[in-house]
Amino acid sequence: MNENKLVWVFIEQRDGKPAEVSFELLSKGRKLAESLNGELQAVLIGHNMQAVAEETFHYGVTDVLLADHPDLNHYNTLPYSRIMSELVDRYQPRIVLFGGTFIGRDLAPRVASHTRSGLTADCTDLQVSDVTYLRKDYSRLLLQIRPAFGGNIIATIICPDSPVQMATVREGVMEKIPLSQPVAGRITPVYYEPDAADQLVRIIARHHEESKVNLKAAPIIVAGGYGMGNWQNFQILYELARVIGGEVAGTRAAVDAGYIDHVRQVGQTGVTVRPKLYIACGISGAIQHRAGMSESNKIIAINADPDAPIFGVCHYGIVGDVMEVIPKLIDAYKHKLK
Amino acid sequence: MSYHSIVMVKQVPDTANISGQVMKPDGTVNRSKLPTIFNPEDKVALELALQFRDRFGGTVRVMTMGPLKASDLLRECLYMGADEAFLISDRKFAGADTLATSYVLAQALRQLGNYDIIFAGRQAIDGDTAQVGPQTAEKLSLPQITYTEAILNAEGSTITVKRKVDNGFEVLEGTLPLLLTVVKDAATPRPFRAKRVMAYKNAHTLLELEKMTEGNSLLYMDQLKEEYVSKGLFIPTLTADDLDVDLNRCGLGGSPTKVHKIESVVLGGSAHETIPPTKDGMYALIDKLMEDHIFG
Repeated sequence: MNENKLVWVFIEQRDGKPAEVSFELLSKGRKLAESLNGELQAVLIGHNMQAVAEETFHYGVTDVLLADHPDLNHYNTLPYSRIMSELVDRYQPRIVLFGGTFIGRDLAPRVASHTRSGLTADCTDLQVSDVTYLRKDYSRLLLQIRPAFGGNIIATIICPDSPVQMATVREGVMEKIPLSQPVAGRITPVYYEPDAADQLVRIIARHHEESKVNLKAAPIIVAGGYGMGNWQNFQILYELARVIGGEVAGTRAAVDAGYIDHVRQVGQTGVTVRPKLYIACGISGAIQHRAGMSESNKIIAINADPDAPIFGVCHYGIVGDVMEVIPKLIDAYKHKLK
Repeated sequence: MSYHSIVMVKQVPDTANISGQVMKPDGTVNRSKLPTIFNPEDKVALELALQFRDRFGGTVRVMTMGPLKASDLLRECLYMGADEAFLISDRKFAGADTLATSYVLAQALRQLGNYDIIFAGRQAIDGDTAQVGPQTAEKLSLPQITYTEAILNAEGSTITVKRKVDNGFEVLEGTLPLLLTVVKDAATPRPFRAKRVMAYKNAHTLLELEKMTEGNSLLYMDQLKEEYVSKGLFIPTLTADDLDVDLNRCGLGGSPTKVHKIESVVLGGSAHETIPPTKDGMYALIDKLMEDHIFG
């Protein structure tokens, strides 16, 4: 078995800017490395990445494996997965974490396939623990915890016989916790030799807008679910959000029904948020959704069904028709605070 | 130039409608207890492949790995317009995670061969992992383009694809052969064609033919199979014996990820405060939120 105790985080960047989720994973990775008595390391691929590499020292990274080359400027599946796979083969880290993003979800399965590692998608919690599985004892395995099967169950996945254990985690799930003082880490250059096969897919145009939505930073979130009934009804949430100064979000069911865009999805396969106030409107409260909002400071639930699971996580529960309750709430706010 | 495509499709439990004893003690899913549907993004992938064939010519084959009743799904693919369908089915493949699944799929694709593009849905709704597409591509040493929104053009061995990324898109040029995973918005699946339903509702796998002829002689069985093959109504089944597979890499045993623990989600009634849905109730709620220092 792999005696290695390295915890790796793949640091993703877009236009030279590191992704928030990478720092969140470093913060979690540091704790996992402590549980393993191991070391936290980062893998960074891009061009002119020195400053980003140094930023990881604020999260306890002792060594950054850095592949820096003009051809690696933008994420591209083949060269990135080739570099990452070769590094995993060579160093055999015990744990590798990727963001559950367009990049991480493209890259991680490819690397896991090449190295024949276990990979669990969209984990909502990660722990290290001794495990007995099929009457065999395993020391310090990675517990990969995620809701599964329509939210009816929470599954703990392990990779008992896989030397390398991999997981992806969505943005916001782990908390970003920088150290007060950076550690004295080192940067290890990774030599990149361009290969014709790396260019089998070529980027010929890119269109990327800065996200206008930052749910994670919003102090108040007004969220709607499938229970809003239709797109027209959903619009009342924007009115409420405008009056009380919040952002609008939705559940996966609301996104699937076309009420709201995916960038505003809260939950296991969307963003995890911890606002001061979360108002859940017409949301039944499936576990995948609750995974993304249950740590909000205060939660108000408005639902016509008194047995909706959302009432199990809220602080204030209102049983009623959202289309009648929300206008009353807006009026009350205006009366009291304006 | 015409192109040959293979679409990987999956029959999935309708996760929105789960009830009863669906989890087995070993933590895997008792799929027989679940209503099943055509995985939505795989259906879109098939539609995109059919549109591609309509535009450039060529063929569209479909394949699925699953239990014997997954032949229902393959008939649906034939109703939509697929040229040929293949069922990959063996108890030895059961309980596979994404790595073991992609291994068998890759070996089946090697066997079918002669493809320019492999299509798959971005992800299946029963796991939402989005891993099988890229893992299959990797095993075949093929390039991949995930999150495909549109195929803009194809010329010779080059395909131009628009791909969704966070808050935007990329246009990529890829050299064939390659694998595409397709997002929901890429196309609207066509309805089943009545004429094709009439023709292909009688398309069957070998096992289905055997059930139909129970009690008859083997000779009759052979004749029947010949007849179905000649009418284009035979759905070949590929088992572990038909494929060049290392059984250590298949099924539950070949899966590095294992389910250690399953907890049913038990909802404790929380000690929340009930607010009446009235004007007074809303006034009281605002007061409480001011006390909580959220407003004001």
